[in-house]
Amino acid sequence: MSQVIELSGVTKSYPGGVTAVRSVDLSVEYGELVAIVGPSGSGKSTMLHLIGTLDRPSEGSVKIDGHDVATLSDRQLSALRARRIGFVFQQFHLAPGRDAVANVADGLLYAGVPKKEREWRAEAALVRVGLGDRLTHRPHQLSGGERQRVAIARAVAGDPAVLLADEPTGNLDSVSGAGVVELLRELNASGTTVLVITHDHEIADGLPRQVPMRDGEVV
Amino acid sequence: MSLWPTRLSPADLLRLGGTGLRARPLRAVLSSLGIAIGIAAMTAVVGISASSQADLDRALAALGTNMLTVTPGQTMFGENSDLPDTAVPMIRRIGPVLSATATGSVDDVNVYRTDRIPEGQTGGLAVLAAELDLLRTVGAALSGGTWLNAATARYPAVVLGSDAARRLGNPPTVYLDGRVWTVIGVLDPVPLAPELNSAALVGWSAAATYLGFDGHPTTVYARAIESQVEAVRHVLGPTANPQQPDEVKVSRPSDALAAQRTANATFTALLLGLGAVALLVGGIGVANTMVISVLERRAEIGLRRSLGATKGQVRTQFVTESLLLSLLGGAAGVLLGYLVTGAYATTQNWPTVVPLWALAGGVGATVVIGAIAGLYPAVRAARLAPTEALASS
Repeated sequence: MSQVIELSGVTKSYPGGVTAVRSVDLSVEYGELVAIVGPSGSGKSTMLHLIGTLDRPSEGSVKIDGHDVATLSDRQLSALRARRIGFVFQQFHLAPGRDAVANVADGLLYAGVPKKEREWRAEAALVRVGLGDRLTHRPHQLSGGERQRVAIARAVAGDPAVLLADEPTGNLDSVSGAGVVELLRELNASGTTVLVITHDHEIADGLPRQVPMRDGEVV
Repeated sequence: MSLWPTRLSPADLLRLGGTGLRARPLRAVLSSLGIAIGIAAMTAVVGISASSQADLDRALAALGTNMLTVTPGQTMFGENSDLPDTAVPMIRRIGPVLSATATGSVDDVNVYRTDRIPEGQTGGLAVLAAELDLLRTVGAALSGGTWLNAATARYPAVVLGSDAARRLGNPPTVYLDGRVWTVIGVLDPVPLAPELNSAALVGWSAAATYLGFDGHPTTVYARAIESQVEAVRHVLGPTANPQQPDEVKVSRPSDALAAQRTANATFTALLLGLGAVALLVGGIGVANTMVISVLERRAEIGLRRSLGATKGQVRTQFVTESLLLSLLGGAAGVLLGYLVTGAYATTQNWPTVVPLWALAGGVGATVVIGAIAGLYPAVRAARLAPTEALASS
């Protein structure tokens, strides 16, 4: 088994007749760095939700890290996300008023890691993303690029099978954005499977594999 | 690998529940204030009532609850009856009776400060002939002067009850039936025989000599062995007046004191009800805060779901937050209620007593309120679809 993500014939339609994703096949192997690229409305956010097991497909099958999403209960999907999937969002989603270590340590909370271990693993993850000197800084004391690095540290602290980054550079200037993409490359080089979702062809073109999407289909 | 979610440790749950409160401390304090006021009101009401009860118990322990009073009742024709002159010696002969003494009402005589006072202004004061062992039996003490003795009991000397002395203006002499009498002593208030407070007490033989007293006792005070009080109570009537035992009224003054405090219980219940209303309003405040909190923190809920929180863990987080919020109010309320009780009891010279059940009940009530107030918002938070929650920022 070398596929971390395996989508076959996946369709997602919403009540009211909107079909966001239409019979998509996609497979991603362990260790890949892939960009799903497309304009807004192309269905790439829905792809993120389906691959991230935050939503279930209307048709077709989604397998993540060898688990068929259709056969898992909501609780099991939660456990799958806690241990095998890391998320990075455009809006960072950091808790204001809590320092970088606390924010990163929260990423391990639901995987059942004890507090002490959460903290040192959070510190290690922050060092890994180049924020070793920002451990006790709070989000408002950090730049946009640094905030996104904290979010990435949170996503990789649990050593997930796949890192899903949803427009990770969307809220950043081009220099910070380039830094974040470089960090994702480094993480990938050290073994993490990374899936970047972006509308920015410039970023996508710099990555080893692109999956272009338009109107809910892979083209 | 197993795909079962792990349980959060209690410490992690507490931390998680506290994050929302720490993020907005002012809101947490204000919304728990309602609960605090409710619990404080209820604790204080129960505490003040219990302190008053403790004071009464203390007083009764000091006064003794073994005193019985015997007064004449009415004849079957509705006239006031008399106790026979033999009543006191007869009662003294009852085995468990420790002591017995009497006062006799001196009819048609009033006490005045001087002979210049109009006859109608009696001040509601009675003139009583007293036996010499009265003080010991009723548990009275002198606030000044001396009690009657075998000598002064035969001459125009008077001891005033506490109210009588105050109403007459603490005079050195008083005017009784055409004669000036010397005030030789003043009594402290007598809780078990309050009728003595508004009386002028004169010697038995002086009353007969100077005031035309007929020598009939009108109130007999008897002390019995504590365990035998009820038995003594039953035989007092026939002993005091063997001819007409049903023309005798027997009462236990300590019962009347206790009953008086029981009447206050109704008032206490009313205040408790008011406290409960405050508590209810406080609970609604907490529920309101939690609903707002859930609405504001949709993005956080979405993030936690993506980090692997189950619905149950999201629900538990918000219920914990609500519990902490109301416990905060409950703890503050119990403390405040205790302080209020302490302050009030101190001003009344009561012992400060807050029953443990009131403290435990206060905290217990807040737990219930917190759980109820937090449940609906928490369920809503847990039901939120992760994709929807993430999209809302």
